[in-house]
This record gives sequence, structure tokens and C-alpha cells, in this order.
Amino acid sequence: MSDDRPDGSDDGNTPQSRYDQARYVENGEYEPLLSEKDRTRVEIGGGDDDTDGSPLPDALTRDSLELPELSEPELARHYTRLSQMIYGIDSGPYPLGSCTMKYNPKFTEDVAALPAAAVHPDRSEESVQGTLELLYRLQDYLGRIGGMDAVTLQPPAGAAGEFVGIRVAAAYHEHNGEGHRDEVIVPESAHGTNFASAALGGYDVVSLPSDDDGRVDLEALEAALSEDTAALMLTNPNTLGLFEREITTIADMVHEAGGLLYYDGANLNALLGRARPGDMGFDVMHYNVHKTFATPHGGGGPGAGPVGVVSDLAPFLPAPRVRERAEGSPAGEPVYERFDPEHTIGKVHGFDGNWLVLLKAFAYIARLGDEGLADASASAVLNANYLAERIEYDVPYGPFHHEFVASAGEQDAADVAKRMLDYGVHPPTTKWPEIVPEALMTEPTEVESKDTLDRLAAAFNAVAGEDDDALETAPERTTARRIDQTTAARTPRLSWQALEDDA
Amino acid sequence: MSFDVPDERRYLESHEWALETDGVVRVGISDFAQDELGDVVFVELPDEGDDLEQETEFGVVESIKAVSDLYAPVGGEVVAINDDLFDAPELVNEDPFGEGWMLEIEADDPDELEALLTAEEYEDQIA
Repeated sequence: MSDDRPDGSDDGNTPQSRYDQARYVENGEYEPLLSEKDRTRVEIGGGDDDTDGSPLPDALTRDSLELPELSEPELARHYTRLSQMIYGIDSGPYPLGSCTMKYNPKFTEDVAALPAAAVHPDRSEESVQGTLELLYRLQDYLGRIGGMDAVTLQPPAGAAGEFVGIRVAAAYHEHNGEGHRDEVIVPESAHGTNFASAALGGYDVVSLPSDDDGRVDLEALEAALSEDTAALMLTNPNTLGLFEREITTIADMVHEAGGLLYYDGANLNALLGRARPGDMGFDVMHYNVHKTFATPHGGGGPGAGPVGVVSDLAPFLPAPRVRERAEGSPAGEPVYERFDPEHTIGKVHGFDGNWLVLLKAFAYIARLGDEGLADASASAVLNANYLAERIEYDVPYGPFHHEFVASAGEQDAADVAKRMLDYGVHPPTTKWPEIVPEALMTEPTEVESKDTLDRLAAAFNAVAGEDDDALETAPERTTARRIDQTTAARTPRLSWQALEDDA
Repeated sequence: MSFDVPDERRYLESHEWALETDGVVRVGISDFAQDELGDVVFVELPDEGDDLEQETEFGVVESIKAVSDLYAPVGGEVVAINDDLFDAPELVNEDPFGEGWMLEIEADDPDELEALLTAEEYEDQIA
């Protein structure tokens, strides 16, 4: 099969040609803003202060303002150019480790765009039975995938889910007269959000070192556990992609001390359909539906971070949840209803959570089914291992699952990342976790083909062979060259106008 | 690479330096620390008149790479802060032992300094 490839090669070690990202730069200027292209003054409310109908004082209202007045092709070209100046998953591979930047199939957008999906959250339960059934079934899917007994869909993001999980754990301890527990243990290599969620939840954070193999150090864990321990937060496989082999022992130790075991769903992609946090002894978990179930990475927009718990913690979940009413309809159909868990911590977001995001997660899970989900995790692990095998950088810890952490060695990992852009691929996550010097944390995800992985490996290897001069001046073929982070941080240019100046 | 470690000062393991003159202790971070941090972009300091205890946090230094807490080498009252750093945090990089100083503490007990690392001991630590 490889023989008829145009470049006559099929391995990742062939010299990789460099790549020109589309560059819309004229005379050193980027594509201008719409407001820089045209400003046409438009009258408001007939231009008469007394009759503009606004309840605001005259000093706060304007008679006219300038808006860009452009034709449709001008507008279309503007946005097309902007889209080509950036690199996204629709442009090529995006192997940011721990972020799981997998391609989201477009059919989920179609499902979310169906007229039936546009449901006002204040409608009566009787009139939105389909919506409630879908939420109920998503709670059920997620519960079964994670091995959890009850799920809330309300938290609006992964980190919000972590915070909710910690608050649910706190409410559980409080209810059992164990409110004195004031410590949450977090491994040093954990995602930064874990430390932040525990602290925001009111806990003191106890940092746990890794052992020489890159896993939880059981002796250090024993020393850290006490009657003050509220929870241990773990992700498994961990940040190095390594499976915590002693997870059942760890669970026993934490439970013995009266603490709860929290699962960070960041790496659930590696386990789908194969192993379940609930079966390992975890009591609480959050799901990053934007990583595992192909919903958009928020980026400031709406997200979702459902939380699953074992039955003992279910009464504390946020309100409302959705359940099947004991009594069906007169026609014998199931009827779904919202309810407040008995000792709920209350609402953490409006209504049922971000419905359209949850709908996409449901569509993805339903389309893949059990077989598809198990295949996704297998491909994620296979792709990471194939890619690691093809690259020249050292990968000090293994065996790993869906991601690996290579070391850039004598090179600066941030420079390597900038240089990889010149070869037309997105670089991995860099400089973290700190346990690997000059870390290149790489997660190709299950969606990439062998050809794409070879292209990615070729980019890694081309950069591995380059000298400091090439690295320090990179990127040279992208729209924007290297950003001056220091000046940007020391003298930020904020975009705002004082009202007085504007009047 | 070798770093400046002036002899006449005392050091904390967390890389702050202390220089005492007539009971007033001037504090900053070491050459090694500024190099590790990279370009400093922001420094947060206590107010004059605040009381500090030895080895407790007195502020924060932020670079493009990291945010680090700063620890007081000696207990006492803050009698001066270097407010030039608010507009020119780069002084910490350019002159860590001079214009990049951070604050001055009227030491409750100047003998506390004796417990800190000598220049020689600190040099061993960063070697």
C-alpha cells in the first residue's frame, strides 16, 4: 500500500517539508477589523433626543453611531480569512495532551439544530417529555459508563463539575457528622483545576508526590491520610498516561481513613467501554463531555461537566435531577419528571444545565453505542503508542495508554512547540507535567489515521534534528510570528473606552 | 551558568535574600531565582506598617512562566516597599540585589537572621 504513495514513503522519519499557513498580511498588517474597513454613521431613533423612547438619561444615550457597512462577499471573505489565519482541529491534528482535542463529528451539530431541540426551559413537564427522557437517558448512560449510581447534568463545565463533586463530598461528610475533615489530597502531577477546586471548596490541599515509576506513592499516601482527609482526587490513567495499578488498594486505604475517592474524568477517553471508575472504588467523578463525548471545548461558551456519584452520595446532588415517575401515563407510557434530591446542595446552574451541549453528548454516545465507545478507547491507546514509537524524542514513563509525555531533552519544549507549527501541525502540551524535563505531553486521540500520525511523527522528528537558531526564531511560516509574552504581560493593551471620552 | 551570590547577605531556601543595616533588613530575591522565573511581569507586596513573621508569605512574584510566593526572612514591621517594581517589574531581573529589592523590615529580633543560610550554604543549594 505504501509503494504507490506520491512521496514514496510510509514512515515517520522522512524529512518533512515545511508548510505555509495561509497568511493574510498586507504591508505588515493583519486582516483589519470590520470597523476598520468601514464606518458608516447611522442615526438612532430619528436623531431626536426627546422622542427616542429610551428610559435612560440623555447623557447616556447617543443620537447616532458608526457601524461597518459592508457587502455580503466582503463579510464572507473577512471571516474566511480569519478562519484560515488560525489552526484548528478542522485544519489538522491537534495533539494537546490531557486536553483530548478530538474531532467532533458534525452530525451532533445537526441534532442540536433540530427545531425539536429548541425547548424553552419554563415549559410544563407534560409538554417536554422527550427532552426529559433524553436527560434521563443521558444520566443513565453516563452512570453506566462510569460505574456510578446517580448523575447530575447541571454543572456547566468540567471544572465546575469538579467543584460540585467536592461540594457534594463536603455535604456528605457534614451530614455524617464528619464536617471536621478539612483536607483534600491531590497528586503533584494532577491537573491544576484539582488544586483549585479543592481550595475553592473550602479545603486545605495536601500535595502528594509520585513514586519513581510516575504513579501514586503508597507510602506517601499512607502518611498523608488522616482523620482530616475528606477526599483523594485522582485521574486514572494519570497525567503520564500510566494506569494506577494499585487503584483498588488506594481505594481501600482512602475508605479506611474515612475519606472519599474522587475521579477526574479528564482521562476517561482511555477507559471507555473497558473499565469503570466506579468498579475501581471511586465514589465521585466528573465527566468532561468536551473531551470524551465530542461536545465543543467551551472556550468561554456554554459547556457541561456532569457529576456521577455512588448511591450514598446521591441525596446531596444538585437540584433538579430527572427521574421516571413511578406511575406511567394512562396509556402505559413512562412519564419523566424533575425532582430535588433529599439533601441537595441546591442549584449550581440554571434549569437542567446547558441543554444543547448535553444533547450533543447524548447524540454522540447513542451513535457510537457500546461497541463504538470501546473502539474509541482502543484506537486512542493504539494511536498514542504508535505515535510514540515513531518519534525520536525519549518517552521516559510507560507503559502508557491514550497519551504519553516525551522529553525534548536539551531543547526547550516551548521552542519545539513553536517550530512544529512551521511543519503544519499543532504541537503537544508543553512543560507539564514537571516530572518530565521539557515535557511534550502528547495525545493524538482516536480519530487520527495512520497517515496523519505519520505526518505528525515526521514533524516531531524534523524539529528534533534542528538547532537552537531555528528553534528560537520559530514560527516563521504562520500568520503571527512569535508573540512577545513579556511585553504583553508587562504593558497590557486593554480595549476599552471611558464613557466621558465617548460622549 | 554561574549566579551572583553576594557574601554579606543571608538567604532562604526559597531564594529570598536579606541584608541587615542597623536593625533594618532589606529583602529581595536572588539572581538564581530571577533566572529560574524568567521575565518578571508583576510583583505584589504588603503595605508599609504590616507586621510579618519569619518565613511567612509577604507577597507574590509573577513571571511569564510561574507565580511564586515570597517569604519573609525575618519577623517585624514593613517600613518600606519598593514601589518602583509596580511599574518596572523588570528591575527584579535586571538588578536583583540592587534596584530590584522588594521591601524593608524593621526586625523584631535581628538574631533571627542567624538561622538563615550563609552565602556559601546557599551557593551549595543552587549548585
